[in-house]
Amino acid sequence: MNPGDARRRFLRRAAAIAGGAVSASAGENVGFREAAAQDLERNLPPHVPEWSRRLGAPILASPYGVPSKFEANVRRRESPGLTRTPQSSVAFTPLQNLFGIITPSGLHFERHHAGVPDVDPEQHRLMIHGLVRNPRIYTLDDIVRFPSVSRVHFIECGANSGMEWANVAVPTVQYSHGMIGCSEWTGVPLSTLLDEAGVDPRGKFILAEGADGASLTRTLPMAMALDDVLVVYGQNGEMLRPEQGYPLRLLVPGVQGVSSVKWLRRLKVGDEPWNTREEALHYVDLMPDGRHRQYTWIQEAKSVVTSPSGGQVILDRGYHEIRGLAWSGRGRVKRVDVSTDGGRNWKTATLQTPILPKALTRFRLDWSWDGGPALLQSRVIDETGYVQPTIRQLREVRGTRSIYHNNAIQTWRVDPSGEVSNVQVL
Amino acid sequence: MSRCSDACITRGAVVALAALALVAPASGAGTGAATQSSNPSRPALGFGKAATPAEIAGWDIDVRPDGAGLPRGRGSVAKGQEIYDEKCASCHGTFGESTDYMPIAGGVGSLKTAQPVRTTGSKLNYATTLFDYIRRAMPFTNPQTLAPDEVYALTAYVLNLNDILPSDAVLDQDSLPKLKLPNRDGFTTEHGFTRRDGKPDTRNVACMKNCTTQLRLSSEMPDYARDAHGNLAEQTRALGAVEGVNTVAPNAAPAANVVASVTLPAGAALAQKAGCMACHGVVKGAVGPAFRDVAAKYADAAQAEARLVAKVRSGGGGVWGAIPMPAQPQLKEGDARVIVQWILAGSK
Repeated sequence: MNPGDARRRFLRRAAAIAGGAVSASAGENVGFREAAAQDLERNLPPHVPEWSRRLGAPILASPYGVPSKFEANVRRRESPGLTRTPQSSVAFTPLQNLFGIITPSGLHFERHHAGVPDVDPEQHRLMIHGLVRNPRIYTLDDIVRFPSVSRVHFIECGANSGMEWANVAVPTVQYSHGMIGCSEWTGVPLSTLLDEAGVDPRGKFILAEGADGASLTRTLPMAMALDDVLVVYGQNGEMLRPEQGYPLRLLVPGVQGVSSVKWLRRLKVGDEPWNTREEALHYVDLMPDGRHRQYTWIQEAKSVVTSPSGGQVILDRGYHEIRGLAWSGRGRVKRVDVSTDGGRNWKTATLQTPILPKALTRFRLDWSWDGGPALLQSRVIDETGYVQPTIRQLREVRGTRSIYHNNAIQTWRVDPSGEVSNVQVL
Repeated sequence: MSRCSDACITRGAVVALAALALVAPASGAGTGAATQSSNPSRPALGFGKAATPAEIAGWDIDVRPDGAGLPRGRGSVAKGQEIYDEKCASCHGTFGESTDYMPIAGGVGSLKTAQPVRTTGSKLNYATTLFDYIRRAMPFTNPQTLAPDEVYALTAYVLNLNDILPSDAVLDQDSLPKLKLPNRDGFTTEHGFTRRDGKPDTRNVACMKNCTTQLRLSSEMPDYARDAHGNLAEQTRALGAVEGVNTVAPNAAPAANVVASVTLPAGAALAQKAGCMACHGVVKGAVGPAFRDVAAKYADAAQAEARLVAKVRSGGGGVWGAIPMPAQPQLKEGDARVIVQWILAGSK
């Protein structure tokens, strides 16, 4: 970026601050913009910034710190018109502005079915019963006392990208892919609790139930429950946020988010699946033959370029780092390829370590934008050898009405003006 | 390998602790401890308490397709209609047709067509699931307040709305699980998503050079939807090599990271929290009347505030149409008053 570009960009931002919608080409506004810019320049060299000339805020101005006020653009958002009530709705993670692989707890997407309950941990209980020899009731004190583990895993809603099966519907990566978050979770392996309860050999399934107003329930197969499922209370070093199930939730790695039941209060062992409302009327995938696929637990490998991405403007030609995220519900990310010409030619991206199973993996690729049109795509290959499909390949099998499990390669179009938008190519 | 290591270590630790318990004085008659980790006859660590049958019974509300878990009780279509009109129609519509939520009636047999109509009636495979869900989660604002007989009655009525049960039908714990719904065989578990090593649907190939000979742009955002998600310039951090597109004023300067704080008036916040917005809009009515219309109607009425506060909490009907407003007893009177004041003041 040459100094002239920086100046131009600074003026654009100054104008935005000073007057909002001021036409960049309107000559009569130039003086106004220059004045606004001069006002802002008072903190730039050679001037000494005002915050260097006075005392700052004391400690504990914010005992449980909050982001800078200048980060106000970065927040979870609702997609207008998607749902009827804010209690049974979804708020999306701003993937376009995240670094690394950990989602800040306050930005982890929200999906509730009957609002966020205000659970008192002193009065919260976890019951384990059904086909077990020792039906138990645990307090939070008990749960926290068990041998613990911490692991990094993503949670992705099965309906992530669900609005885009037939055509593009939303402008930014926040809305198209933002029903995913990745955290370091701390808790007790479910296998420990099942060992304590003594599972009857007839026990093949587990029903997990939440303590919210929906008393949301999902069936979990026993093999999965004994593998790597956790009962968690910690997220990124703190207790779970209320929106994430405070004080206790299930964490089913690599499986669609609804299975990671929040505000977990009950686990029942049984010999058949339950066919609950969230696995018969919702979270079932409608196929072209009119049948629904049921118990579609796994989240297959998926990736997306988060910068530059839809709804953004690339400010300058020349060097850019294409940045994105990749993940697989079946294990580790093995490789990510990036295309800037709509999938004709691909280059292999650099993966940031650590590369963890069933966790977000950050990828990057150097790119020089020549100012011409471009179509940005990313394509993940996971450790099973599975290659992320195109939207055409998915539609050939599943049609366009299945809502769930859309893990198609995403395309962002770069216009010569620098504007990036959401498109689909076949 | 390392995927397993954490869990394996933990399970090992449980075994070790169980072995320690063998020699601990407090372990009581713990003679079976050595075998407890794999097949315990009692808990190895023993945290928590035993769940009593009475405690389990209070929470054990799930119902399976084979009818396991159904409580004793019975209810008729006619009784179900009474309860439905009082407690359900306000959201689901008089005939279960409301599309504000997934409709609960209609569309049976449409799933195989080019225009599938997704409703409870067209999708559901077992009536037990309907019973289970109404029992645990409905009414939306007061879940787990219905008695078993009421749940049987409502289940019967919803099935009647779908022409699955005649209007003189009665359901109980024996007859409900025997019902065969139209979409009973409409589900399959033959797919690759049930297991970690399941077979994927697609088999893409990681071609690297000259992969696609033709490329067709099949979909892009229409111009009229440019600002459908608000001003994107305010939805991304204006720092680095990109910034957000100003979708509100095209060709104007993009907004910087200005401090945007949205603080709702107390009445609006309470109305949202209490779920009022599920049925009422501010400007446009949905199931219930728009708040602005309510304000206009009662602008000159005596005691409007007190009357509306009472009505919000005890429910009412006959003023705005056929669908009565359900009672909201959980709403504190003071909160109801703040909401009503906000509505009468124009919902601003």
